[in-house]
Amino acid sequence: MNKTYNNKAWWFVLPVFVMVAFNALVPLMTVVNYSIQESFAANEFFWAGARWFQELLRNPDFHASLGRQIVFTGAVLLIEMPLGLAIALCMPRTGPWVSVCLVLMALPLLVPWNVVGSMWNIMALPDIGLLGKGLNALGINYNYTRQPAAAWFTVILMDVWHWTSLVVLLCYAGLVSIPDAYYQAAKIDGARPWAVFRFIQLPKLKHVLTIAILLRFMDSFMIYTEVIVLTGGGPGSTTKFLSIDLMQKALGGFDLGPAAAFSIVYFLIILVLSWLFYTLMMREEAN
Amino acid sequence: MRKRHVVLTLYIIFLMLPIYWLLNMSFKTTNEILGGFSAFPREFTLDSYRTIFTDPTWYGAYLNSITYVAINTVISIAVALPAAYAFSRYRFLGDKHLFFWLLTNRMAPPAVFVLPFVNLYYAVDLFDTPWAVALSHTLFNIPRAVWILEGFMSGVPKELDETAYVDGYSFPRFFIRIFIPTISAGIGVAAFFCFMFSWVEMLLAKNLTSVAAKPIVAAMTKTASTSGYELGLLAAAGVLTLIPGAVVVYFVRNYIAKGFALGRV
Repeated sequence: MNKTYNNKAWWFVLPVFVMVAFNALVPLMTVVNYSIQESFAANEFFWAGARWFQELLRNPDFHASLGRQIVFTGAVLLIEMPLGLAIALCMPRTGPWVSVCLVLMALPLLVPWNVVGSMWNIMALPDIGLLGKGLNALGINYNYTRQPAAAWFTVILMDVWHWTSLVVLLCYAGLVSIPDAYYQAAKIDGARPWAVFRFIQLPKLKHVLTIAILLRFMDSFMIYTEVIVLTGGGPGSTTKFLSIDLMQKALGGFDLGPAAAFSIVYFLIILVLSWLFYTLMMREEAN
Repeated sequence: MRKRHVVLTLYIIFLMLPIYWLLNMSFKTTNEILGGFSAFPREFTLDSYRTIFTDPTWYGAYLNSITYVAINTVISIAVALPAAYAFSRYRFLGDKHLFFWLLTNRMAPPAVFVLPFVNLYYAVDLFDTPWAVALSHTLFNIPRAVWILEGFMSGVPKELDETAYVDGYSFPRFFIRIFIPTISAGIGVAAFFCFMFSWVEMLLAKNLTSVAAKPIVAAMTKTASTSGYELGLLAAAGVLTLIPGAVVVYFVRNYIAKGFALGRV
């Protein structure tokens, strides 16, 4: 659409600008302020310069949390993207079942995050949970509160349960918007299903797939409530991801400076990676 | 064709199993739960639900959650509507930067904002009110609403605006009488996503409240930790949190596919 240049449009944007600035800039300034100072007691602050940042970047605990976070996000993307795409391809295009499938699939997305944690907690209890009892009955020794591998398995399974539907819904929406003419042309050419997928559906889905990757990357990188309810970051600190690490520091209360430095580095990582995705995506769109 | 149905059915069963298990637990007595594994309740009881509906700390927590979600959705949509219109119709100084800056807030981890938000809302005397949670959630929901609405509005041809002006409509009248009804599907989808985020987000909701405006998550945490291990109560509370989501998703079921088609969530 060709838009007219008019600076009066700012008046329309002003309420949004004021509200978001109040909510975003004030807290971010607080965080920056803390990150370069040292606090004694509640209200005494001393200049600390870049010390917290240097300490953080050398801290092996931070490296460990970051490493776990990257492995978790990578695993989640590797499972949820292909699975979500496959399920979307299995969805009916027309008929009464479409609404039923969509509503059922959207359900996990609307469950409060602490309830997701509780739900999987109850599900995975080794003595009375369906999953825990089931696995143990199959002869697999499974206890997610003791075994790191079992904890990881449960956390990833929970995330797959929780978020694969988002990928499905995005891909499904993309698939539905492909005009019928493409399929008819493919039929005339005698294309096999694989060829239809590879040369028609996949290219048309590029846009929604990029967005799905972007969203799943951002949200899995911020995961907190579900994991804290399910495993509390344990056993030990084997499922302690970045947000959990940060909250332990921040709510501990005495480490305002380090916690603030942590916040800034954390936010910057997400921002830089998302910005990369975003520009790549927009470049694709421009072509 | 049949293979597809099998895959789809298996996936939906996988989605429903934990929900079934939660339902199952919520109808059991504490004795039965601790007594051992059972796939369905042998002594069917509604005690857990009765507790929730009679104890004000429980149902009060539900009402608190619903209050801040409603306030948040209304504010987010109300301020996002004109802004999305401006982004879809005009170029202005700094528009692209502003749009990207708004989106960066969608990427902000709530954990980063917990501590400064507590300070901020203490300072403005809103701590422990639904307003604190509602306003803090607008940080994520206003950008989301602007993004979704801008997508829908860009699909409406500009000729609509021009024709209305020729017909003698003033801008506010055009916006309310013609434009808003035209993009009502978009408003529904945007409200759905605002509701969705505000209802499921728990970290800020919990930390910005203490007693008076305690959300459902705080009530549930209390059950899990202090008063022993009342799994039945916890499960019943969990089941009840599913209902608002199910109702909302039912209302927007015909627009969901369209909402996701723009890829703006």
